[in-house]
Amino acid sequence: MKKMHALMTIFFIAAAGYGAAAAASPATDAEFAQFEKDGAKSFSAERGKHDWTRKVASKEGEERSCTTCHDPDPTKPGKHAKTKKVIKPMAVSVNPDRFTDRKKIEKWFKRNCEWTWGRECTAQEKGDFLKFFLTAK
Amino acid sequence: MNQKRFKMAALLSVLLLAGGPAHADDEGQSFWDWLGHGTYEGWKGVGVKPVDNKRYNDECGSCHFAYQPGLLPAKSWEKLLTPAGLHDHFGEVADLDKDTLEAIRTYVLANSSDKSYYLISRKINVATEDETPLRITQVRYIRRKHHDIPEKMIKGNKDVQSLSNCNACHTKAEKGIFKEDTVNIPNYPGYR
Repeated sequence: MKKMHALMTIFFIAAAGYGAAAAASPATDAEFAQFEKDGAKSFSAERGKHDWTRKVASKEGEERSCTTCHDPDPTKPGKHAKTKKVIKPMAVSVNPDRFTDRKKIEKWFKRNCEWTWGRECTAQEKGDFLKFFLTAK
Repeated sequence: MNQKRFKMAALLSVLLLAGGPAHADDEGQSFWDWLGHGTYEGWKGVGVKPVDNKRYNDECGSCHFAYQPGLLPAKSWEKLLTPAGLHDHFGEVADLDKDTLEAIRTYVLANSSDKSYYLISRKINVATEDETPLRITQVRYIRRKHHDIPEKMIKGNKDVQSLSNCNACHTKAEKGIFKEDTVNIPNYPGYR
């Protein structure tokens, strides 16, 4: 009986570990569900990666992309273009604190999409980015 | 008898005074935190009151040095901390939701330079009597304090780049201490 107990404990720890490795959190699950409700579907890390470096001319005249401040490689830290403050990696594989708070996710999507692309991101774009950050290694 | 009564009164007033500041803090700072914050400089209040609000620190400090509210007068903060002001925050989009903005605005306005007894705050307050600067680096007192530093050490210094990066050189900026002997300009060791 005791052995059984130990086995089950190991099983649960392994299951929890697997969950963490898959890098989804209740917050990201809820975000994806919301994006789907808003009309997006089949999120693609590949598209997210492509959008990550896509340059858009701002009305201030300069070209901007996510990588103006973030590193092209989301497992590496970036640097705020103006204040030079270090921005921690976006990839959950190296920064597990990312994407655990829905309010925070939405706040930064709104701010940064507006600054970078001059508009809010669509649900599809946000989902693709999120997928990219959750799977990048 | 009279003397005993006087002693009691003296003791009571000391206790009341000691308890005062700890209770005055609405962020729930403990007595020991309050006492510990009495680093010599802090105790004397020669610098600026350190940030003691987690929300302010998290929200503002995620993009830049969390400037102490005591570095600008309330009339400046009032212009900065509005939905429109934050939507174009020196060219950045720094929108906050209503609750967060309200909480931060309340904290900042309660601790702005005009409400502080710290020395730097009082000097800033005098310097801004006739103007409402939006940037701390525009406050005449701050400019005067930095004007003899060669440009190559700030703008031309890749590890500083702007006068607004306080903590690039002021090693104790986060503690509200800006004294000259705590300055260390990157790539120019020994210059003060």
